[in-house]
Amino acid sequence: MDLVVSLALQILYGIANLALISLGLAIIFGMMRVINLAHGEFLMLGGYTVVIATNNGVNIWIAMLVLAPLVVGVIGVVVERLLIRWLYGRMIDTLLATWGLSLLFIGLVTSIFGASTATTISPPLGVITIGAYTSSGYEMFLIVVTVLLLVAVYATLKLTTLGLVARGTMQNAEMSSALGVSTSRIYMITFGLGAAVTGLAGGLLAPITGILPTIGAVYIAKAFITVISGGMAILAGTATASVLLGGVNGIVAFLTGPTIGEVALLVTAIILLRLMPRGITGTLFRKSL
Amino acid sequence: MRLSRDFRGTLIVAFCGLAFTLVAPEVLEFFTIITLSQVIGLAILALSLALVWGFGGILCFGQTAFFGLGAYAYAVTATNIGGSTGAILMAILVAAAFAAILGYFIFYGRVSDVYLAIITLTVALILYSLTRRTSGPEYKIGNALLGGFNGTAAPPLNLPGDAGTVLFPEDTFYVAMIVLILAYVFCCWLVRTHFGRVCIAIRENETRAELLAYDIRLYKLGIFTIGAALAGLGGVFFCVGVSRVTPDVFSLSQAAVAIIWVIVGGRGTLIGPILATFALHYLTASLGSQALLNANLVLGIVLIVFVLLVPKGVVPSIIDLADIRRQRRVARSRERRLRLRRTRNGSESAGVAE
Amino acid sequence: MNRAEIVLETRNLSMHFGGVRAVDRVDFSLSENELRCLIGPNGAGKSTFFKCLTGQLRPTAGEVLIRDVDVTGREPHQIGALGVGIKTQVPNVFEGLTTEENIWISARRWHRSSRARTLTAETIERLQLGDVRSEPVGRLAHGQRQWVELGMVVAAEPWLVLLDEPAAGMTHEETVRTAELIREINRTAALIVVEHDMQFIRMISRRVTLFHEGGILMEDTMEAISADARARQVYLGHRA
Ligand SMILES: Nc1ncnc2c1ncn2[C@@H]1O[C@H](COP(=O)(O)OP(=O)(O)OP(=O)(O)O)[C@@H](O)[C@H]1O
Ligand SMILES: [Mg+2]
Repeated sequence: MDLVVSLALQILYGIANLALISLGLAIIFGMMRVINLAHGEFLMLGGYTVVIATNNGVNIWIAMLVLAPLVVGVIGVVVERLLIRWLYGRMIDTLLATWGLSLLFIGLVTSIFGASTATTISPPLGVITIGAYTSSGYEMFLIVVTVLLLVAVYATLKLTTLGLVARGTMQNAEMSSALGVSTSRIYMITFGLGAAVTGLAGGLLAPITGILPTIGAVYIAKAFITVISGGMAILAGTATASVLLGGVNGIVAFLTGPTIGEVALLVTAIILLRLMPRGITGTLFRKSL
Repeated sequence: MRLSRDFRGTLIVAFCGLAFTLVAPEVLEFFTIITLSQVIGLAILALSLALVWGFGGILCFGQTAFFGLGAYAYAVTATNIGGSTGAILMAILVAAAFAAILGYFIFYGRVSDVYLAIITLTVALILYSLTRRTSGPEYKIGNALLGGFNGTAAPPLNLPGDAGTVLFPEDTFYVAMIVLILAYVFCCWLVRTHFGRVCIAIRENETRAELLAYDIRLYKLGIFTIGAALAGLGGVFFCVGVSRVTPDVFSLSQAAVAIIWVIVGGRGTLIGPILATFALHYLTASLGSQALLNANLVLGIVLIVFVLLVPKGVVPSIIDLADIRRQRRVARSRERRLRLRRTRNGSESAGVAE
Repeated sequence: MNRAEIVLETRNLSMHFGGVRAVDRVDFSLSENELRCLIGPNGAGKSTFFKCLTGQLRPTAGEVLIRDVDVTGREPHQIGALGVGIKTQVPNVFEGLTTEENIWISARRWHRSSRARTLTAETIERLQLGDVRSEPVGRLAHGQRQWVELGMVVAAEPWLVLLDEPAAGMTHEETVRTAELIREINRTAALIVVEHDMQFIRMISRRVTLFHEGGILMEDTMEAISADARARQVYLGHRA
């Protein structure tokens, strides 16, 4: 029984982790139809923000929950204004430009802070004991935060004016610009928000994964798979894909080890896309957010 | 007419390559020659991507997956059978087979551009994290230890059928160059065959190609697989040049540089990306391990600048410029002829009125 | 009508987009060597019907038969492979390739290299595209691009031809030539032509099918349709 609970928590954490690292990417993809290849670096920058802030005496919770999203969000807005804006309507070039950005950030951070950082931060919160098994309290915290984050995005999309316009843009970019909504401004805000959510995720994960200029590469494969498997709908896509892929990964990893677990995740995604080339929400739950 | 002119270009390039092959060992340092074999492997990778992306219109961000698989397949096979000829064939086969299976899912699922780019890249990245995990003694194929992030040793080339006679670095360079030239000529030929032209047509307009009764999925799968086979071959020369293959062949930055070569050299040409590979490799190598201007920073800037300012790439832009100048020249000489005729006819007034 | 003569038939064909019934339970048939025009106001469902025939859309219900073979849900290239030539409403050409290459790609699908080359040359001659033979199609004027597309259809030597608005955006002179070309194609092939231009239709057609709100309203000669009160209502109602 304890084993079952422990395993269930493990899988739940796997699912939450996928959702957490993908949500920012999904926001940008759902709204702008663009995969941000610098996504991993946004996560990395969130992590660096936390490390630098805590080293300078900032409370770790403030660093993770406030500073990381703020700093990376601002970076996102700047990037959108300086770079992405010039490439509207040129999907492939936008992808390529964000890839250039990814390299640029890695290079920049390496130049400034070196190829590796000595300082690490240990996860706050201790362990939770379930019978004979233990579980990390911090991982439980991350599950809760992920759920809250999904709820917050849902509320934003559903209740605010911004969300209304955003939903319109998601359905049909031409139509909303015909209605006098500035697509350019929406894109700027979207990119900023996506970056902020990503920064938050990067900050929250920093205590677990450690910090390196190239740490982004660890996340992005999974984030990409989750987002394209999910499809255009930001929330429904991220949630369904995370549950499916996280579940498969968790179970297979439990049975055979993490390496095969990762292969299973990829194979599931490829078969899924053979059946639903536009992702889960391209075929099912089409009206969802 | 046009055809023959194009083919003459191919031959000229091939002869330049041949001349370089003969001259290089005379004028370059021994160490440079060794490095060059490795760069030639990368150039074959660039060529394969130029074919698949530039002509097939298939945005494959993870071409390095096939490159790396080729390298690993070569190293493992050569270690096991103790000869390189079979291992090279194996490398090509593994890369092509893997691409055929992956391509089946992608093209028959009619996955769109952006998805295809991301899926192929993801495949490369997953291979990266998988190969990095293979450090234990249990990860062994025959006699070959995969070796985790340290990678596995890649045996040198030997004379076909005579595993005892190992090629010297200069000889390896000659072989690599000749393979590169042959691969280039092959690609030039391929894009002019019926198959190649249909692939180009599909790049231009998928719907039209389908309505003309071409099964576009099959053609895309075809060129994707051929490209992967070439990339696998590139992997062989790369790992022979380095004498190791490590998970880094699958890394994000390796995938990025392959894309950068094609962007810089120009989509829609075959020679551009090859030259860009040599040029950019020289550039990043001369930056060395300098801390301030590290390679990632420079490559990132190069990519952004090209996407924003020279989206066509260097070689097509030069061709465009030359075209414009030629057209101007033609127009000028026509004007001159016209004016001459007018003066001869004594109707000077028309010229003045203009 | 004799069954053996029917080359294309739809039974109960429907295509719905969510709540929109773009095509609704259409029974249609075309016989050997017939030249049929499809008319109807904007949004009547002509192009959608057309796309169901060419495999670009998979119908929600009903079936499409070509020479008594059920081809419902087949891919466009499979329909094309039966010998059906198709021109879509949105111009579909290979923009970056020359006129000659465009037409060659079509001819080469069916013939060996040498025959394809002569066929290409003949087609270029026939459509008077000689001047722009080596010009990338992306740089041509709209009318000429339409002609290149028609050239691609002709060069495949199809026995069944489907044209969606072939004369759209053409000058009067070009339209007249297109009408001639269509009559010429009709000597060896059955055709369905979707058009808005009534003058053009009078030039080519015998039998006309009038589409309205996803269904066939009537099928008759152009004269009869022009005289019909319902037909006039459909068009006037739309123009008002
Ligand atoms: N992909 C689609 N999704 C949703 N609705 C569609 C789609 N394609 C067509 N429709 C709708 O189906 C109806 C029929 O459109 P269709 O293009 O077939 O008309 P048409 O008769 O060809 O008009 P036109 O003369 O303007 O070309 C229209 O109301 C259109 O809005
Ligand atoms: Mg129409």
